[in-house]
Amino acid sequence: MKRRHFLGLLGAAGVTMGSGLSAQAASSADVKGLPNANGVLFDATRCIGCRKCEAACNQVNELPKPAKAFDDLTVLDTIRRTDAKTYTIVNKYVPEAGKPPVFRKSQCNHCMEPACASACFVAAFKKTETGAVVYDESVCVGCRYCMVACPFNIPTYEYDKAFTPRVMKCTMCYPRLLEGKLPGCVEACPKEALLYGKRRELINIAWDRIGATPGRYVEHVYGEREMGGTSWLYVAPKPSFAAIGMDENLGTASAPELTSGALAAVPAVAGIWPVLLTGLYAITKRKDKIAEAEKQAAVAAAIATASADAAAKLSEELAKAEVANKRRIEVEVTKALEAAAKAAEEGEDA
Amino acid sequence: MSTEHTKSGTLFTPWNILAGIILAAGVVATIMRFTMGIGSVTNLSDNNPWGIWIGFDLLCGVALAAGGYTTSAACYIFGFKRFHGAVRPAILTAFLGYALVVFALNYDVGRPWRLPYPIFYQQGTTSILFEVGLCVFIYLTVLFLEYLPAALEWKRGFDKYRGILIKLTMGLTILGVILSTLHQSSLGALYLIVPSKLHPLWYTPYLPVMFFMSSMFAGMSMVITEGTISHKYFHHKMDGEYNEGYLDLQFAFAKASAWVMAGYLAMKVLGLAMDNRWHYLFTGYGAWWLFEVVGFVVLPCYCYAVGYRDRNIGLVRVAAPWTVIGIMLNRFDVSLIAFNWQLPSADRYFPSVGEITISLFVITLGIIAFRFIVTRMPIFYVHPAYKDSSH
Amino acid sequence: MFNTLQDLMLHNKSITYVLMGVLLICFVGFWHFLTDKEERKRRY
Repeated sequence: MKRRHFLGLLGAAGVTMGSGLSAQAASSADVKGLPNANGVLFDATRCIGCRKCEAACNQVNELPKPAKAFDDLTVLDTIRRTDAKTYTIVNKYVPEAGKPPVFRKSQCNHCMEPACASACFVAAFKKTETGAVVYDESVCVGCRYCMVACPFNIPTYEYDKAFTPRVMKCTMCYPRLLEGKLPGCVEACPKEALLYGKRRELINIAWDRIGATPGRYVEHVYGEREMGGTSWLYVAPKPSFAAIGMDENLGTASAPELTSGALAAVPAVAGIWPVLLTGLYAITKRKDKIAEAEKQAAVAAAIATASADAAAKLSEELAKAEVANKRRIEVEVTKALEAAAKAAEEGEDA
Repeated sequence: MSTEHTKSGTLFTPWNILAGIILAAGVVATIMRFTMGIGSVTNLSDNNPWGIWIGFDLLCGVALAAGGYTTSAACYIFGFKRFHGAVRPAILTAFLGYALVVFALNYDVGRPWRLPYPIFYQQGTTSILFEVGLCVFIYLTVLFLEYLPAALEWKRGFDKYRGILIKLTMGLTILGVILSTLHQSSLGALYLIVPSKLHPLWYTPYLPVMFFMSSMFAGMSMVITEGTISHKYFHHKMDGEYNEGYLDLQFAFAKASAWVMAGYLAMKVLGLAMDNRWHYLFTGYGAWWLFEVVGFVVLPCYCYAVGYRDRNIGLVRVAAPWTVIGIMLNRFDVSLIAFNWQLPSADRYFPSVGEITISLFVITLGIIAFRFIVTRMPIFYVHPAYKDSSH
Repeated sequence: MFNTLQDLMLHNKSITYVLMGVLLICFVGFWHFLTDKEERKRRY
């Protein structure tokens, strides 16, 4: 029993340990990586928090009007996130007390390897060649795993709809891109805090800006490598991206890389388990058969010994009986002889 | 609680009244959910898209229904034939468990009528959730086929079909173990995609291994717990085979659970070492992690071990529900408590009354269905007409 | 060639899943082929 359990566990361990190794085996050679994808560079040193991008986004995407107008800047006093009626928001941060605030725009970052697409079990998300990550509501079941998976907490859900709830998120104005127009927010920005273009060119521009004014920017282009890279790129003033509410510890592994190990274990289980389990079953059955055969052999042996004993006993008994018979015959013969002798004596007497 | 009680006495036993209240509240919440949307009954938000309908109904439901594959594997694959009497109750519990998981999912997803889409319409094969969905769908079918002979024996006259199903037992058992391995581990793998959201003490590449290992002792502990409770309420339904194997099974599962728990504990510790997470142990989350691991793995494991060594069935029956609670705690930690740990407390999730109502509603339905079936069908006993058959 | 690793994996995994199903069925068939004579022998 112990050996069998051990084998089972060993198999389980082997499958799951091995899975981590095969993660990127097939990846890079077959993947182009969208070198011509577009993106947007957001420069936090230029943003003035005017919310014109929010207004434009609301208008071009035909989203419902918010309770407070877009020119009401008191909205900026609380930290907000995207919701089902808002694809983009600008938040105000005060990294150092007494210094002027820094504004940061938030919307879908259009990852190069989107976590939402990797997580979606109906493949409703797609990274298009334009760079935009788009969503197909016609297949969406509403499991909301995309929202769980998104490292930037961007996708939102229409929780108040009973029959047609959708995941809502920025599309990088995909329909406008196809018409050759700029994304709504980029077009509306009065300070050129948003710059639309080829992602690889934007990365160079971003680093140029960082290099051109030493000490002004954090020496990092956020989105260049985060989660495998994003189409939306950020540069920010010192001290840090964390000071404007951005997670600096996301790492560079993309979502498909994070799950490929576990996905690789699936076919391994389907390949190994039937062999192992049927094997165990066969071993168990074989052991049972051997045990059964041994039992039968033991019974047969017992019967054989018993009958041999019986035979010996029988012949012994027979021998004994023979002796007894002989004696009895002898006794009878003697008796007869004695009787005959007696009769003769009586005859002589008569 | 059995029908016998209600027949002989009044319908208004405390348990029945409680069940009635839960069912009524559940119906109200159901109507609200399907007419006014998920938002009308839940505290789910854009930051917290998964609540207890996933953390409890799905993750705990599937883990605790693992008794089906552990018991049938022990009996048919590993050759513990004396556990045969325990297979049907375990299969029934698992079947109902999975059926209710799927039932509860209809509440959680936005458009439940599209639930077949990932399997039949457009397959998102890169998603771990696709794998979970596919396996749960097939496994539910497998469990249904494994349970079906009991229903066919009850309604007589289907011996031909019953015979076919009995012949499939071995294949279904092996398929069941494969599918269980896959989706039990994949429930843990769901969280591999969120290293930034799940607390580092719980996030480890071993999540799938841990979920699979813990499902084994979760299932076995559930079989012990369910057996103990069933013995109290359905004793009159049990026959010789069930009762003979019953104590043997509880001790054997106590031993196996203790041993698997030791392995699980090792993985927990090795996971910390692999990613050098030791320093988190000295934080508040570290204290909670230790509470989970020491309080609900180490201690019940020891309790099982002593219970098995000393042939102390009382101790085994304490360790079993203790372990079950520990599994629920672990699933809650991964899906809710340690999830989104960096968000400010105002953005964190706590279940609403509506969500709790639906979860209780689902459990109550399960208990009612279990009671209905075991009081009518040959679950705890071998049907007299099939005494000679080996299944 | 694929644009993203995601697209590549979607392609690869879809084929893998179908093959998994096919192979699981093949396992059953092959097991029967492997053992059906021994079963017959045992019966007689």
